[in-house]
Amino acid sequence: MFRNQYDTDVTTWSPAGRLFQVEYAMEAVKQGSAAIGLRSKTHIVLGCVNKANSELSSHQKKIFKVDDHIGVAIAGLTADGRVLSRYMRNECINYSFTYESPLPVGRLVVQLADKAQVCTQRSWKRPYGVGLLVAGLDESGAHLYYNCPSGNYFEYQAFAIGSRSQAAKTYLERKFENFTDASRDDLVKDAIMAIRETLQGETLKSSVCTIAVVGVGEPFHILDQATVQQMIDAFEIVGEQEAPDAAAGQEASAEPEPEPEQGAAAGEGVAPMDI
Amino acid sequence: MNFMASKQPENSLLGPEADSQRTLYPNVTGTSVVALKYKDGILMAADMGGSYGSTLRYKNVERMKAIGKHSLLGASGEISDFQEILRYLDDLILYDNMWDDGNSLGPKEVHNYLTRLMYNRRNKFNPLWNSLVLGGIKNGEKYLGTVSMIGVNFEDDHVATGFGNHLARPILRQEWHENLSFEDGVRLLEKCMRVLLYRDRSAINKLQIAKITEEGMTISQPYSLKTYWEFSAFENPTQGAVGSW
Repeated sequence: MFRNQYDTDVTTWSPAGRLFQVEYAMEAVKQGSAAIGLRSKTHIVLGCVNKANSELSSHQKKIFKVDDHIGVAIAGLTADGRVLSRYMRNECINYSFTYESPLPVGRLVVQLADKAQVCTQRSWKRPYGVGLLVAGLDESGAHLYYNCPSGNYFEYQAFAIGSRSQAAKTYLERKFENFTDASRDDLVKDAIMAIRETLQGETLKSSVCTIAVVGVGEPFHILDQATVQQMIDAFEIVGEQEAPDAAAGQEASAEPEPEPEQGAAAGEGVAPMDI
Repeated sequence: MNFMASKQPENSLLGPEADSQRTLYPNVTGTSVVALKYKDGILMAADMGGSYGSTLRYKNVERMKAIGKHSLLGASGEISDFQEILRYLDDLILYDNMWDDGNSLGPKEVHNYLTRLMYNRRNKFNPLWNSLVLGGIKNGEKYLGTVSMIGVNFEDDHVATGFGNHLARPILRQEWHENLSFEDGVRLLEKCMRVLLYRDRSAINKLQIAKITEEGMTISQPYSLKTYWEFSAFENPTQGAVGSW
């Protein structure tokens, strides 16, 4: 994507009918570390890769509990993600207070998408630079949605976002047909395997990833490290050889990054705006 | 929009002119509503009277209405406030339907919405002068609750408003049981309504019974209860009372 004269503000269309600022915002999502989600009829599992900036620092929180029945995993500008999580928590709690009933996730997702759309149509705002995988329950069962900075949202059986997410997506595409009827534990196992794909050779251990589950009769919660490590060991997921990631340490693009990534973003020639 | 040119701000509680902006007493009122859970859903009864003080002025007032697909609302108290509540609920159900997403507000949600509504008005010293009964069934789960004009709310297997609390609830406590058949439920409600008709002077002998089940809501045509006035206690009622005639 090259600089051009139509990308200065979000309220300028390009002659080809594109809003470049929105597309650049979607790039920010691709630079963030990976997050994946997959669902069965009754459960949804969210997972993310947690890389700390340095050995001295702790890693960033990328999975948020929004309500007992809704959780979200983010990729991109985590500050934007935090703000949107707070919005979602607020909406859920207000609905619960008025109706004493959980807010259906499908409605929350639409409200979130409408909020993101506003930022694509005001000259004094910028789009949110974060993609959200929203996992939640409503009357018709378990749902997984992806909300992107453009204000679009889609429902998925399984999805992955962030850097090196294509590897996870490939894995999920192979396996997704089994997910609907999978048991909760199988679903978690598949989530861990999908995360392993994004690490591409690096050792998979529980300090590097975070897994969260929500389902019918199971409130949203993040699995603790010990449980995750147990599952990794039990499923013998760890690959034998772990040639350290040979990616040249390329600094990310022009925009200031809160999460400097080792891997370069895969340059997609196609307009990244979702259809 | 305020043609009265009142100098008081909308939320002022002070000063005599401000009083014309908030409810002080009801004008046209309905009397008791009685409701109970039965095998297939909820049964609710209310007469069709609208009293103007002590005058039984209006005799064709429907005090029970269906709300959405799953709920039934009955009200006693100020009729115009009941109509206002129906308008609020109309909007609520409309927006719920507009989502068109397979989710819908059930009786529990409507009841809690009404609780918030009534309580918030009470806090502004401008109540909706009603006692509401909200019943319904959704996905096999029966729900029956009540909200008062000050926001007191609770659920139970049988509820009543106004005089019904004093005259009907004791009967229901004795005779209600789980899984009443439709006929037994109606018989029990009629027993309660008959006592109310004898003893509540704002009651009229023209009532409707509404039922709500998974299939939907139906409301009976208005009808009257048979009454018996030949009890010996009704003859010479003042015998022995000093000073009466």
